[in-house]
Amino acid sequence: MQFIQQMINGITIGAFYSLVALGYTMVYGVLKLINFAHGDLFMWGAYLGLTGLNVALGLLANDTPWVILPVIILVMITVALGGVLVDRVAYKPLRSAGRLAPVISALGVAFILQSLARNLYGASWRTYPHGITPSGGIVLAGGVRIGIMQIIVLVACFLLMGALYLFTQRTRLGTAMRAVSLDHDTSRLMGINVDRIIAVVFLIGPGLGGVAGMIVALYYGSFDFTLGWTFGLKAFIAAILGGIGNIPGAMLGGMMLGIIETLGSGYLSPQWKDVIAYAILIIILIFRPTGLLGERVAEKV
Amino acid sequence: MALLKIENLHTYYGHVHALKGVDLEVEEGEIVSLIGANGAGKTTTLRTISGLIRPVQGTITFDGQTISGVPAHQIVGKGVSQVPEGRQIFSTLTVTENLNMGAYTLGGDKEAIEQNRRRVYDLFPRLEERKNQLGGTLSGGEQQMLTIARALMAQPRLLMLDEPSLGLAPLLVKTIFETVREINAHGVTILLVEQNARAALKVAHRGYVLETGHVVLSGPARGLLQDERVRKAYLGEK
Repeated sequence: MQFIQQMINGITIGAFYSLVALGYTMVYGVLKLINFAHGDLFMWGAYLGLTGLNVALGLLANDTPWVILPVIILVMITVALGGVLVDRVAYKPLRSAGRLAPVISALGVAFILQSLARNLYGASWRTYPHGITPSGGIVLAGGVRIGIMQIIVLVACFLLMGALYLFTQRTRLGTAMRAVSLDHDTSRLMGINVDRIIAVVFLIGPGLGGVAGMIVALYYGSFDFTLGWTFGLKAFIAAILGGIGNIPGAMLGGMMLGIIETLGSGYLSPQWKDVIAYAILIIILIFRPTGLLGERVAEKV
Repeated sequence: MALLKIENLHTYYGHVHALKGVDLEVEEGEIVSLIGANGAGKTTTLRTISGLIRPVQGTITFDGQTISGVPAHQIVGKGVSQVPEGRQIFSTLTVTENLNMGAYTLGGDKEAIEQNRRRVYDLFPRLEERKNQLGGTLSGGEQQMLTIARALMAQPRLLMLDEPSLGLAPLLVKTIFETVREINAHGVTILLVEQNARAALKVAHRGYVLETGHVVLSGPARGLLQDERVRKAYLGEK
């Protein structure tokens, strides 16, 4: 029974990692750029959610959890636009400058976003308003407990990932996105506006990241400005684990990392969870350097 | 009036002055072959026409409209499609998805897309059999068919092919050139770039010979096949 409980917790954390990992993997897909600023865009989702909730609760008479819904949508839109802005200012001018310069630029943006958050919100831990998140839970057979909040975040994460998967597989724009991630010039010859596709990626990735930031903050209740580094880095690792550039891979990698970490800390000790998680990561990468789903079909026969 | 008219085209490829004043014309309904050695500027010429490279000087006119300097993704919609060199299919997209990308400029016009799909499947029945397969799992010949079919999905008036015979078995090369003739018979104007000069001139109405960024010879294809210099330099005759 303890195992099932651990799995449920692991899947929850895994869903967070997956949602953030998608942003890394999508940008890598179209630009072959590791967007180190993505973790901090995600962190900003948590802070903007905090401000949004405080403002909304100030306007309302009573504390209703429904206030989360409009705030989370606003956060998603704001962080998505932030992502496009970061691309315009820091990456787009460096499009033809090789691969190293944009990575350095991404690190710069990451530091700027982090310092901004620290200077504006302070360095101490911040807490979401009390009583806003629905508490309680369901106790299943054998004492396995699922919190209401856990159910809500799981449903939200899986809905978002499902929608993204359908978008990339079934729509014209989504297919064009996959085409661009394979070959920019050939995509242009098809009439695809590559710059516009890149902009769409910088909307969707950080948009999902922003939602994830607020969900993570709601789930844990408190966070600080290092959230982007600590949690974001894990999500980046999840993207690598699944095969960077591969959207289902990011989802799988996030889930695996979340589950391994939780099982490790549950059965051994919480202090060893990172050791276990990274040891397994290293082992997987030794045997599959391209990540779990990173294998490409032979490009030329 | 020529469908495609290129005047005094200068293009840099990196730091290399790849095209040094190319003049070229293609009439509606023609097959024109552009031959020359490796590095003569054949591919650069196509890439400049399709907008992937910006010319530094000179003009390209298509159907009376200046298209030099127009970004590549807007040129397809004007009726110019390029089949890139080296079978650049989207390897992790299915055959159907590859074709849909070819029809990207048609937007949501499902009827036109379906009609074009029918037409390219008639031309390449093999692709219909493979429609749910990933592009990367096709054989070399099938991949080349797919690149041509994909370019036709945009309903081009001018189809530009870059080395379609490269790396294919002789029998397949023959099939590809027959297909080029068939596409032309359906009213599509063709600009063909080839190292296989003999086959390219045999299929063409007219030809141009490119040497280090200059047009050194041009004329009716039959004439070029007889030309002393062409025979020596490009047809491997002594």
